[in-house]
Amino acid sequence: MTAEINRRAWMSLLAKAPANRLNALWQAHGATPAFHWLRAPEIGASMVRGRLGGTGAPFNLGEMTLTRCALQLESGELGHGYVQGRDKAKARIAALVDALMQGPEAEAVAAGILTPLELEMAEAKTDRAEKAAATRVDFFTMVRGEDS
Amino acid sequence: MYVAVKGGERAIDNAHAWLAEERRGDLNVAELSVSQIREQLSLAVNRVMAEGSLYDPDLAALAIKQARGDMIEAIFLIRAYRTTLPRFGASAPVETEAMACDRRISATFKDAPGGQVLGPTFDYTHRLLDFALAADGEVPNIAKGEARTEPTPHITDFLNKEGLIQTEATSEDVPGDLTRAPLELPANRPLRLQALTRGDEGFVLSMAYSTQRGYARNHAFVGELRIGKVSVEMEIPELGFAIEIGEVELTECETVNQFQGSKTEPPQFTRGYGLVFGQSERKSISMALVDRALRWEELGEDNLGAPAQDEEFVLYHSDNIQATGFLEHIKLPHYVDFQSELELIRKLRREALENANPIQEAAE
Repeated sequence: MTAEINRRAWMSLLAKAPANRLNALWQAHGATPAFHWLRAPEIGASMVRGRLGGTGAPFNLGEMTLTRCALQLESGELGHGYVQGRDKAKARIAALVDALMQGPEAEAVAAGILTPLELEMAEAKTDRAEKAAATRVDFFTMVRGEDS
Repeated sequence: MYVAVKGGERAIDNAHAWLAEERRGDLNVAELSVSQIREQLSLAVNRVMAEGSLYDPDLAALAIKQARGDMIEAIFLIRAYRTTLPRFGASAPVETEAMACDRRISATFKDAPGGQVLGPTFDYTHRLLDFALAADGEVPNIAKGEARTEPTPHITDFLNKEGLIQTEATSEDVPGDLTRAPLELPANRPLRLQALTRGDEGFVLSMAYSTQRGYARNHAFVGELRIGKVSVEMEIPELGFAIEIGEVELTECETVNQFQGSKTEPPQFTRGYGLVFGQSERKSISMALVDRALRWEELGEDNLGAPAQDEEFVLYHSDNIQATGFLEHIKLPHYVDFQSELELIRKLRREALENANPIQEAAE
């Protein structure tokens, strides 16, 4: 179960990661594992749903682009890539990272790629939240009338 | 009827070449890149994504460039591209409760938990042209506060606790999809919301405005408006569990509207709902007002004959690609059609003249 939660977490991180950063960290990590495609990268879409009133029955909001692929390392691990947007190179790296995370290199890949990505993405999110916080209205009440 | 006419190929090729030259404009002016459009005309990009019904900022920016800024043409390009994409699945409904809010305001509660967060808004600007922007693109230093880490609760939750507002019936029914099956009436609310969220902003705005001016009056408060990013989660069959496949920026509007109680139910506020791709707040508020107006029947209200209450009128005219397709097709060659009309009118005129001048005819 924990393994599934972890895999869910890293796949989610890879899906949302900025492509240029993922690519740079992958290159810097320097792994070139041999693999073969189970499903070559393909571009498609997912229908994004919302809920009536935010909490009620689902409705179709519109689609988003998505790229997916699946591969197998020569050492046997299966890797799946599901990433936002139309980027076959990013999907390939995501699938390779997914596969490597299931093998002996997991720790090095996590330290070299996933952790820095996670930190950077959290930092970007915090940066926006801090800017939003500065636009929060602090009401104060003016004393009016003759009462004292 | 319009028929295939040959002989226009050279003219069409030349017209398109000229179009490309005109699109580029003055060669002494630097060319606009797709990433510049994506980053600096982001609200245009948002509109193209919302009405094109496909969330992909790069594609929307490309469409705007290709369409020379003609928004409906750009939306058309996105709609056409969208149909070429295989669908990998549908997401779990997004949790707007968990939105990382850039903006979150309420017109109903001043001191709502989470506060009134203005975000990067045009509100309170003086709408005076800023000539400094024509000179340079320098941005001011941005103030920062302490980031909120906990989720921002929905305003309607507070009204819910006292039972003051109708709750939304929960369901996990698979919603109908306008992109897969033609619209049939009466439509249910999920289908109406799909049509509205991809509907033309101008049309939805005007319909909403008509309800404010008294056509199907139902006075709306903006209970909450929030803009920010939410994660999109989808079940991956080959994995057997769901992962986040990305994140999208959304604008959500919840309106609080008045409602007469009945003999069996005490009075409660009712709701209108808007949810739109991107930072699209005018559209989102409009959507919520029109959603509320279209709910007259389920809420036991009178049909006042107002356009915004007319599901058929609203849903069949909200899509600007359908509208422009039908409208613009009349400029294409209708030579044979018109030829038959010409012959008919000549015949009718001849008969009319003959009837008016029987003597002249006799003389002939």
